Amino acid sequence: MEPHVLSNLITAALAILLAAALLRARRDPLWRGAGRELARRRPIAVSVVALYVLIAGLDSIAWVDGHAPGAKAESGTLQGQARSVIDRLFPADFQERSYSAPLATHELYGEEPLLHPGKHLLGTNMIGQDVLHLTLKGARVALVIGGLTSAIVIPLALLVGVSAGWVGGRLDDAVFFVMSTLASMPTLLLLIALIMALGTGTTQVCLALGITGWVGLARLVRAETFKIRELDYVQAARVLGTSELRIVWRHVVPNLMHLVLITFALLFSGLVLSEVMLSWLGIGIDGSWGRMIDQARSELSREPVIWWNLLASSTALFILILAVNQVADAVRDVLDPRTALEAL
Amino acid sequence: MSEARARARELVLEVRDLSTSFPIDGARRRVVDRVSLEVAAGETLALVGESGCGKSVTALSAMRLVPKPGLVESGTIRIGGKDVRTLPVTEMRRVRGNDVSMIFQEPMTSLNPVQTCGAQVVEGIRLHHRVSNAEARRQAGALFSQVGIPDAEARLDAYPHQLSGGMRQRVMIAMALASRPRLLIADEPTTALDVTIQAQILELLRSLQRDLGMAILLITHDVGIVNELADRVAVMYAGRIAEEGPRRDVLGAPRHPYTQGLLRSLPGRAAPGERLEEIPGVVPPPSQWPSGCRFSNRCPIAFEPCDSIEPERTAVSAVHGVWCHAVARDLGASEP
Amino acid sequence: MIAYVLRRLVYGFATVLGVLLFLFFLFFLYASPEDIARRAIGEKAPPAAIEQWIANHGYDRPLVWNPEDPTDSLLVEHFRRMLTFDFGRSDADDVPIRQRLAEGAGPSLALMVPLFLFELLVSVTLGLFVATFRETYIDRAGVAICVFAMSVSILLYIIGGQYLVGRVLNWFPVSGWDASPSVIARFLALPVIVGVLASFGEQVRFYRTVFVEETARDYVRTARAKGCGDARVMWRHVLPNAMIPILTQVVVAIPFLFTGSILLESFFGIPGLGSMTVDAIQGNDFATLRVMVFIGSLLFILAQIATDVLYTLADPRVRLE
Repeated sequence: MEPHVLSNLITAALAILLAAALLRARRDPLWRGAGRELARRRPIAVSVVALYVLIAGLDSIAWVDGHAPGAKAESGTLQGQARSVIDRLFPADFQERSYSAPLATHELYGEEPLLHPGKHLLGTNMIGQDVLHLTLKGARVALVIGGLTSAIVIPLALLVGVSAGWVGGRLDDAVFFVMSTLASMPTLLLLIALIMALGTGTTQVCLALGITGWVGLARLVRAETFKIRELDYVQAARVLGTSELRIVWRHVVPNLMHLVLITFALLFSGLVLSEVMLSWLGIGIDGSWGRMIDQARSELSREPVIWWNLLASSTALFILILAVNQVADAVRDVLDPRTALEAL
Repeated sequence: MSEARARARELVLEVRDLSTSFPIDGARRRVVDRVSLEVAAGETLALVGESGCGKSVTALSAMRLVPKPGLVESGTIRIGGKDVRTLPVTEMRRVRGNDVSMIFQEPMTSLNPVQTCGAQVVEGIRLHHRVSNAEARRQAGALFSQVGIPDAEARLDAYPHQLSGGMRQRVMIAMALASRPRLLIADEPTTALDVTIQAQILELLRSLQRDLGMAILLITHDVGIVNELADRVAVMYAGRIAEEGPRRDVLGAPRHPYTQGLLRSLPGRAAPGERLEEIPGVVPPPSQWPSGCRFSNRCPIAFEPCDSIEPERTAVSAVHGVWCHAVARDLGASEP
Repeated sequence: MIAYVLRRLVYGFATVLGVLLFLFFLFFLYASPEDIARRAIGEKAPPAAIEQWIANHGYDRPLVWNPEDPTDSLLVEHFRRMLTFDFGRSDADDVPIRQRLAEGAGPSLALMVPLFLFELLVSVTLGLFVATFRETYIDRAGVAICVFAMSVSILLYIIGGQYLVGRVLNWFPVSGWDASPSVIARFLALPVIVGVLASFGEQVRFYRTVFVEETARDYVRTARAKGCGDARVMWRHVLPNAMIPILTQVVVAIPFLFTGSILLESFFGIPGLGSMTVDAIQGNDFATLRVMVFIGSLLFILAQIATDVLYTLADPRVRLE
């Protein structure tokens, strides 16, 4: 299957899943109340995150132009290549030869006239790509980093944490040993070691981030499962002979969802920031803001200074992280009664 | 006691129209509403009421220790003649622990768990007196003996968790006595203790008061303790004073229907085999306090003005006041 | 307590063995010596050269089990080298890794110790300050600044710091290193400032939460009732009671004093262990990387045991058993 078809399918599946989860949450008064409280406390941050998700979603839906003879004549390389909705906001041949300042009409070096004078709102980079276009595309990479890693971390942590907490005994000892072993290695070093061994690439980087990131959530889940196991109604269900799996699925997992959501929100910004560091070490993901920042770092010492690449990527990164951090704080306050009490 | 003598008596604590508010459910609510109290030198005033009626907040307001986001809105508070609300911060610090000390309900959590008991008493002494560490420690040892801590010298080096609840409360009292304050505010000092220990602590407070001539503002929900210790009693309900006067008058001939209900619900008052009476309903939370008399929605004798107009003080005698429309009506009818 | 520490040491040793096993899996089984050789000398290297490279680096032994000599396998060799702190030679340039570690530890410590102390001082003081004014606009502004600061990537602090302080203001050298102590201070100033800036948001917020939680406790009210002022309450009562979370936070930072900061060191040209790690990444030097992970977790495990012991000093109620 071609990559863009797969991407479209995954995007559609995620959109359906998201819609289903939202519908489900709407029916539960507790979750509905939490959602409303979240929107009341942090309306701007929530909208910003939604905007990033929208941009990333639009960038994930791509198709190949079947009959575009016009494009063929101008730029042969684009022929047969899938272009996303975001790509289609820009002309197909929106590329210059080298650096140009925002809204410039000529190249920065050499003063050659641009193909699209005055059209590059945020200028172009070293190989002449439009910085605004790249920055928008970075949203998808950032959300893929956070999303794919969470898709590894959350099921793994739930599976390991719940089974260790529920079964206890030898299994718990073994899980605890594995967790303390992984946790004893400094995170960044472990991350580097994993990527060096697994190789670079989106999946590998997310896998490495997942392996370093699941222990924290698994610990929380394990401790919480211990507590839930001792609750009266869970004990009562066991006495009544309900199957263990059914109890876990019906009583334990739903009671862990708030922990999962809080951790996901708190984890997310850390993951995106980690990728920036990895990019800088040369083992990041192509097309990420981290890569753009990495490229931009030598540009500051040029004369005249090239600031737009760095400014665009780091601003996009900063706004996302700030919004996610604020949403995460609000999610924790809304969902975690302990901290809610502390605030009193 | 004649009026003239009452006016002449020296007040160590004087609270006039104190109102303290907290934000509750999005609005500021006065959990203490125009409360007036006075405590004369050497006497014990018991502030009685159910939990949540505002008695602790009243005491904390007097110490200027209302936790944020609580706020003293209006009223005057004088401790030994000093106006607490306008005193500069540093002056107020000198008042606390020096003119007035306070002990709390939970001796377990009220002591700093990572400091020795001795060090905490020594800190109290040295905050107010320029003495050497050794001298302060000697004084702390003496205080420990005075409050009946056996083996006082050794206990100075004990951490709070190494002592029993009763001993911890004695340490709290020793700390409170460090500067020989003229007023001790005791907020439910025995509630967290076993019954036998309760009696010992009460006895200790009584003897200390006798020996040192210290006034006590005793905050309690336990009418039994009031009987043992108090000279005068103020009954609080839902942020307001309901009835106030000498112990014998308030407990012996209560006039406010709330005081009457409170006393009728005590086990000791009922004949054996008789059902204990209880006040119908529960104390409502501050957001649901009625607008007129706070007790009107539970009062057995409430009539027309009660749920719209707040009652003012009605003097049953020179020293006994009641905030009740029914009492005012009855007295007005008998003395036209 | 001694029994407890001994038990912790035994468990810690088991964890170290677990780490070594994990590293063996990652770097010998998952990425085989042949993979490593290819990455070191190039994908298209002739098979003979790869054979040669593998033999030169001692990777030509059987992986797990050598029927002729059970003590001669990569697994045994891996454990032996690590546990005897021999570490072998770099995959990139054959320099003994031990020698590298000895050279790099000094500059790393020179950067990280002042950074760590400043960071602690700044974040604890600011945390106490903000917590003193909890529920006021100072507190809200403080928290907002913290969230703002922690949303900026450390790279931007580095780039911005270098650009502003080094190039525009010309206060300190942008990067570099010199062995003489008087010059080092000039080279360290900027990385220390940048390091403090990059971490204070998260740190201050953490300490603020700890202190605010602590100021709600009854003993704080008692201290105020005694006549303690705000500053005295915070420094003499709240701070000592908050020592357990502070210690937890502080001690886990100790391994990084030795392993250094990867980003700060390489960016500011400090030849410490962090730079060494970056070189190892760029040179596909797996042997050095393995050693860095091992040292990091070894120090972390020791620091954790030390934390437990320190708990008993910070809080008389803690008993180790």
